[in-house]
Amino acid sequence: MKFLRKKLDDLRYPFRKGGKWEKFAPAINAFDTFLFVPNHTTHKGSHIRDSVDLKRTMSTVIIALLPALIYGIYNSGFQHYSQLDISFTFLDAFIHGSWKILPMIFVSYFVGLTIEFIFAVYRGHEVNEGYLVTGLLIPMIMPIDIPLWMVAISVAFSVVIAKEAFGGTGMNILNPALTARAFAFFAYPTYMSGNKVWVSEATNIDAISGETILGSLAAGEEIKYSVSEMFYGSIPGSIAETSVLYILAGALILIFTGVGSWRIMLSGILGASLVGYLFNLWGANPLMSFSWLNHLLVGGFAFGIVFMATDPVTASQTNKGKWIYGFLIGVFCILIRVFNPAYPEGVFLAILLMNVFAPTIDHYIIEANIKRRRKRWKESTPKII
Amino acid sequence: MTKDIQISKGAKINIKGSAEKILTDIPSVNSYAIKPDNFFNFTPKMLVKEGEEVSIGTPICFEKNDSRIILVSPVSGIVNKITRGDRRKILEIIIEPDSSNKKISHKVEKIQSLNPEKIKKFLLKTGSWPFIRQRPFNVFADPDITPKSIHISTISSAPLGVDYDFILKNNKEDFQLGINILNTLLPGKVNLFVDKDFQGFFSKIKNANIFRISGPHPSGNVSVQIQKTNPINFGDKVWVIRPEDIVNIAILFSTGIYSCKRTLAISGSSVSNPQYFKTNIGSNLSSILKKLNIDPSIQNRYINGDVFSGIEVQKDGHIDFFNNLVSVIPEGNKYRFFGWVPFFHNKIPSLSRTSFSWLFGRKGYNVDTNLNGEERALVVTGEMEKVFPMDIYPMQLIKACMAGDIEKMEGLGIYEVIPEDFGLIDYSNTSKIEAQEIIKEGIELMIKEIA
Repeated sequence: MKFLRKKLDDLRYPFRKGGKWEKFAPAINAFDTFLFVPNHTTHKGSHIRDSVDLKRTMSTVIIALLPALIYGIYNSGFQHYSQLDISFTFLDAFIHGSWKILPMIFVSYFVGLTIEFIFAVYRGHEVNEGYLVTGLLIPMIMPIDIPLWMVAISVAFSVVIAKEAFGGTGMNILNPALTARAFAFFAYPTYMSGNKVWVSEATNIDAISGETILGSLAAGEEIKYSVSEMFYGSIPGSIAETSVLYILAGALILIFTGVGSWRIMLSGILGASLVGYLFNLWGANPLMSFSWLNHLLVGGFAFGIVFMATDPVTASQTNKGKWIYGFLIGVFCILIRVFNPAYPEGVFLAILLMNVFAPTIDHYIIEANIKRRRKRWKESTPKII
Repeated sequence: MTKDIQISKGAKINIKGSAEKILTDIPSVNSYAIKPDNFFNFTPKMLVKEGEEVSIGTPICFEKNDSRIILVSPVSGIVNKITRGDRRKILEIIIEPDSSNKKISHKVEKIQSLNPEKIKKFLLKTGSWPFIRQRPFNVFADPDITPKSIHISTISSAPLGVDYDFILKNNKEDFQLGINILNTLLPGKVNLFVDKDFQGFFSKIKNANIFRISGPHPSGNVSVQIQKTNPINFGDKVWVIRPEDIVNIAILFSTGIYSCKRTLAISGSSVSNPQYFKTNIGSNLSSILKKLNIDPSIQNRYINGDVFSGIEVQKDGHIDFFNNLVSVIPEGNKYRFFGWVPFFHNKIPSLSRTSFSWLFGRKGYNVDTNLNGEERALVVTGEMEKVFPMDIYPMQLIKACMAGDIEKMEGLGIYEVIPEDFGLIDYSNTSKIEAQEIIKEGIELMIKEIA
C-alpha cells in the first residue's frame, strides 16, 4: 500500500496548491479518494466523525441494484432466445445480455462522468459520487435495443439540464435518471415504445415480438404470462425492471442499511394498491380490471418505487412528506396507466411529477412546524414581563 | 415536583477510556489562563496590564456592552502575558501564580436577608456572574431581568461523560445552598434534570423541580431538556448553570471569596489511566497531564470538552471556563485503502447500517479524528432527524442559517438551540457538513440583526 500511496503522492504533485495543474485538482482527487480515504482530520465542529460518507452510501445503492441488473442481463438473453425457439443455456443468455448491456453502461458512465469532471473542474468543487448511481440506473431503465448514441445523448441531456443547470448534486429538482429516460421517450418515441423494442433484436427479426404486459392490456389483447412469471421477471420490459423478486432483494438491502426510505416504498405500494383496487371495482376496461396485485408486479412500478422514488435529493425531505410523496406516486402511477393508454408505463411520469411537487409538500409540512411555534409564542406572550 | 421524561432519538456512542472514579487534588499549577473566547459573543475590555500583580478575585476584564459583568483572576500572581490574535483580539490572559495566595474578601450578608437585587449585585461584583448563561444564544445573563426559568443539567450524556454525583460528592450541602440562592432569583423553583438510571444525590435535593431524564445523547443537553419541559418562546429569557458552578456560587456566599473550583475528568483511549482531578478554572493542562500515562509516540488531540462539541487545545494549553472533561484521542491523519467500501473497517463506530460496527461496540470503540470522507453536497435526508430529539427540523434550520434567512431561522427554532446541540449531527451526517459552525454563524447573524 505504501508504494501505491507514494506513487499517488508523486502523481499529485503538479496538482498541489500553486502547482502547474492546480485547476484540475478535482479530477485527480476523484481518483485518489477512490483508492484511499484521505488523511483529512476534523478542524472544527465535532472531533470525531461517522465512517459513513457519500461514497459508501452510493456504493450501497449500487450493491442493491446488482441483483436486478444481473437478472436483467440474463433475462435479455432469455427473452431473445426463447422467442426464437432455439435451445440455449444460461450462459448463452447471459452472454447475449452482456453483449448488449455492458456497452450501454460503459457509454453512460463515460459520457456522464466526463461531463461531471468538466463541471467539477470548471466550478472548482470535488466530483460528487451521485452519478455513480445515476449512470448505472440509466441503462437499467432503457429498452434493450436502444442505440448507444441515444444513450449518450440522453445522458448528456440529463446531466447538463436536469442536474448541473440546477447547481449540481443535491440541488436538482428532477431525478436525473428519469429525466434521461423521459428525454429519450419524447425525443425518440419509436425506439422507446411500441411492441418491437422490448426484446433484444425484435426490430430485426420478425419471429420476435416484444409486447409488454401493459402494452398488451392497453391494446386490449390477451396476456400470455402467468402471475409467477410477472413476479420472477421472465417477461419483456426495460432491462432491469422486470423481476420483482430481485428488486425486492435490492429493497431489503436499501431498507436494512437505511439508505433508501422505507416510508416512500411502503406508502407508494399502499397508494398504488388502493387506486388499483378501486379501479378493480369499477372495471370499465382491461387495464381497470387488471388485478391490483398484478399492477404492483408488472411494468416499472416496483423498480421505480424502490430505486427512483427513494432518491433523497428529489424526494420529499421530511418524514411526513415522504409518506405523502410516496403515496401520491403510487396513486398517479396507476391513474396514468389506466387513463392514458399512450403511456402505459405510468410510474416514470408519476415520479417526475411528484419530484416537482416534493418541495411544495415539504413547504407545507415545515410551515406547519413554524405556525405551531408561533402559536406557542402567542399563547405565552402574556407571561412575558 | 418530580416528572419523568423519555428521550428516544439520539445516539449513545461508547468510546474507550472513561475516567475511573479516582480524584486527585491539584491545588496549584504553573500558569492559569482566562480565555474570552469561552464566552460566546463577549468583547472584553482589559482592566489590568502585563506585569501587574493580581489576587484571587481581582477584576481582569469586563464586557464592553455591560461594564458590570467582569471576569476575575482565579489565582494570586502576576499577569504574565496577554496574547492577541487578528485585529488585536484578546485570545488569552496568562497569569503566573505566586505563593502568597492573596485574596479579595467580600463582606457577605446573611443569606436569609438577601433579595434578588442584592444577590445579583454580589454575583456581579465578585466576578461570579459569568457562571450563569442565558438562552437564547448562550450569552451572558442580563442582570436587569427576571428569568422565566433556571435549568441545571446534572447529566453528561456525551461520550466519555463525567459523573457529577462523583464530582460533587463532598459538596452536597453547598449544592443545596446554591439551589436555594438561585431560587430567590426567579418566581418559581429552579429545574433540576437528573439521570433516571443514575440519580445520585441530586434526586434528594429540595426546593427544585426535579425531572428524571432517560435516553441517549443529547438527553443531557440543556436545550433538549428545556424544549421538553418549558420551551423558549420569542422574548423569553432562560438561565442555565452548570452543577459545579452552583457549588462555586455557594462557596462564594459562605466564605466571601471568589471560588472557581473545577473538577476534571481526563479521559479517552489515549490515556491509559483516565481519572478525575480537582483544580481551578484556567489551569495549565500540562501540569495535570504529567500525572497520567499518555503514550508519547502517538500524536494526540486534546479537547476541552467532549468529542462532539469541545474545543481543541494544545498539550501545553489551559483548560476552559466551563468544561468538566478533557478528552484525549489519537489524531487520524492517515490514509485508509478503499476505506469507503460498505461493510469494511467495521471498527470505526457508525450510526449508519452501511457498516457492521454496531456488532463491535460492546467493549467500546477506539476513535480518531479522521474525517472519514470529504465534504459533499447535502444528499441524504432523514438522518439528522434520527439523532435530534427536539421538535425542530434540523436540516431546514441549517439551510436557513446558510441562506441567512432571519425570519425562517426564527420560525424554525433558532432561539431554542445552541451549536452543541448539533454535535451529533456533525458526527453522523453523510455529507460531512459542519452543522455546529453553520448554526454558530446563524446565531451570530441573529444577534447582529436583532440587537
